[in-house]
Amino acid sequence: MTETAIFDEMWGKDGQLRQPYQAFNDWFGGENPKDLRAKQQEAEELFRLTGITFNVYGRSEAEERLIPFDIIPRIISGREWQKLSKGIEQRVRAINAFLYDIYHGQEIVKAGRIPEEMISKNEAFLPQMIGVKPPGGIYTHIVGIDLVRTGPDEFYVLEDNGRTPSGVSYMLENRETMLQMFPELFSQNRVQPVETYPTDLLKSLSACAPACAEGKPTVAVMTPGIFNSAYFEHSFLADQMGIELVEGHDMMVVDGRLCMRTTQGYKPIDVIYRRIDDDFLDPLNFNPDSALGVPGIMDVYRAGNLTIANAPGTGICDDKAIYSYMPDIVEFYTGEKALLENVPTWRCADPDSLAYVLDNLKELVVKEVHGSGGYGMLIGQTATKKELNEFRKKLEARPGNYIAQPTLSLSTVPIFSRAGLTPRHVDLRPFVLCSPNGVQITPGGLTRVALKKGSLVVNSSQGGGTKDTWVLED
Amino acid sequence: MLGKTANGLFWMYRLLERAENTARLIETGERIALTRLGSTEDEWRSVLQTASSLEAFEQNYDEVSRENAVDWLLRSKDNPSSVLSCILGARQNARMVRTALTGEVWEAMNGTYMASKEMLARKVRERDLPNVLGRIRQRTGLVRGATHGTMLRNDIYDFARIGTFLERADNTARIIDVKYYVLLPSVSSVGSAVDNVQWETILRSVSARGGFRMTYGSSIDPRDIAQFLVLDRRMPRSLAFCTRKIRANLGYLVSDYGYRAPAFTKVVHLESAYLSYDIDAVFDYGLHEYIQKTLGLLYDIGRQIEIDYRFYE
Repeated sequence: MTETAIFDEMWGKDGQLRQPYQAFNDWFGGENPKDLRAKQQEAEELFRLTGITFNVYGRSEAEERLIPFDIIPRIISGREWQKLSKGIEQRVRAINAFLYDIYHGQEIVKAGRIPEEMISKNEAFLPQMIGVKPPGGIYTHIVGIDLVRTGPDEFYVLEDNGRTPSGVSYMLENRETMLQMFPELFSQNRVQPVETYPTDLLKSLSACAPACAEGKPTVAVMTPGIFNSAYFEHSFLADQMGIELVEGHDMMVVDGRLCMRTTQGYKPIDVIYRRIDDDFLDPLNFNPDSALGVPGIMDVYRAGNLTIANAPGTGICDDKAIYSYMPDIVEFYTGEKALLENVPTWRCADPDSLAYVLDNLKELVVKEVHGSGGYGMLIGQTATKKELNEFRKKLEARPGNYIAQPTLSLSTVPIFSRAGLTPRHVDLRPFVLCSPNGVQITPGGLTRVALKKGSLVVNSSQGGGTKDTWVLED
Repeated sequence: MLGKTANGLFWMYRLLERAENTARLIETGERIALTRLGSTEDEWRSVLQTASSLEAFEQNYDEVSRENAVDWLLRSKDNPSSVLSCILGARQNARMVRTALTGEVWEAMNGTYMASKEMLARKVRERDLPNVLGRIRQRTGLVRGATHGTMLRNDIYDFARIGTFLERADNTARIIDVKYYVLLPSVSSVGSAVDNVQWETILRSVSARGGFRMTYGSSIDPRDIAQFLVLDRRMPRSLAFCTRKIRANLGYLVSDYGYRAPAFTKVVHLESAYLSYDIDAVFDYGLHEYIQKTLGLLYDIGRQIEIDYRFYE
């Protein structure tokens, strides 16, 4: 694909200013770049002071780092957003139905739409969840759908994060920072609010409380602790919702309920928003070496006396091999064609696909089925010969561990650099809440941006940055 | 509130108070060193002893010198009570209990951490020392001020205050004890005419010279100073003042929780049995013995609070 084919969300493909950016562009034209540079620095100091950092593993003292923030917002029109939301809602409903199905009747397998071993041999499939009906019937209470864009109307789903999607605190803090630095921009543009997210999250979680909850349900956020890379987000969310932030050793199972140790004794929890993986939840039921969880929490859950959000075993829908079936999954459960497209995906487990992938390695992106955070992937176009050869060997040794996708020409959005506005590739993670009362999508999300010229990797662990994301009121 | 949160608040404020007190101690040591001729080894030794880190210091250094003592007290990572270690610890606890703090308190704490880390990244030159110590005191004061001005007066605030005053009482007790015990030529001269400079030093280390002068005028009498630092209820670093605060905040917990915790009984005992006499009774008892007894009771109260409010289990 050539450089000129890239769609820029501000300037389109042909350099014509796009409609959602009009008011912003007028404002920008009247600004002095020097002042804006000072603002960029001011933003960084704000982030540092409020402690909006993530911890980097494997460095001395679990060093805390800032995720670079870019002051140029990414702007989406109301019309574009409406279309997107419909697609997201459809997809999330299908994912939820899929999860119910694979832990109950497995109709989709019986119908021959997904091979049985895709489920049974999946590492993220939890046999302990078979037959369990989560309170309210919800498996994925909080979902983050990773989207990329290649043209005015072309959005693709890159990944479904139904397990423990992170980044929502950056969405909120990016907005907070922009409001503080450029209040005038918000008088000139009608930007839909994201600030209600914590309140909506608490309402949504409370609506999923188990039957034993009396009065206002007690909700808590569970974190692996202060050294976890997303600890900032965990404490931020608990703070914003006004609920307790608990670790495994703050809790105990007492009389069949999950309870937290307070200064006045043990108090039952109804809903736990956990930010630790299935494996670490319960040393009695899963990994016995883990000290992060609570012994017996799964038994409380199975007895229906606790809501775990997201439900254990949800991770299977994040699996990249399952992802390749998502169009079928959507169709199977909703009876409609998927509104959001998948990126074409070759499953290397299939010998024909593997042969194709090996022949065209230089044109493809190869990912580990269970990988995340941009680790363990190959970007064929920019890889060295040595890297290509190493990956070839890995693919031949464990083909089932990989999928491959074509390199998409991701859209760009300008960032503010020394040279002024410079295009960089972006993706988008909108955040979705599910409860028996419905599906709710916060207008906006987390835009991650590659800071290196030409780079397609936007992950923060790989040096990407973030932007405020605006959805305009049309 | 979670037991863990109460624990984190208690220690955040304890460590913050300790950082400030250690900064005060260094300032005092430096002051003595500058206004004395000849060797000041004894004074630095007594400063280290007041900070209860003489033993650990001697394991790390061969000789007691101004330079070594200041560096050890200010920024050594091997010294858990150095100013830097305390501020790192306070901030770590603040991260743990962030949901309990107001944004202003957290930002003041985080700002203190960032500024201290930068100021103490390398050895502080003698010329810069007064400025650095002043800024540390100012920064810790800012956290306390933000706490005072923005936090709800609920159990969160109570645990923060209890941590502050337990640490402060402990520090004042140590200062009185070490100065008396170490600096005086012999225990028998307690209450007799002593070196005025030493007494001034004690007052200076708790920022109490002005307050003392307002109360007693400019003549320095050891008995008055002891009365002031042990029993005066207006002096914010005296044992009686700190204990009264601890009793008040524990009292709020007792009424809020509807549970008379054993720690409350213990602090009432300390107050009525040890802090309601006049200073002559204290001297009759023996000042050193009296201070040691008080330190022991303060320690007990701290332990009892951990148990009463389920800090760990």
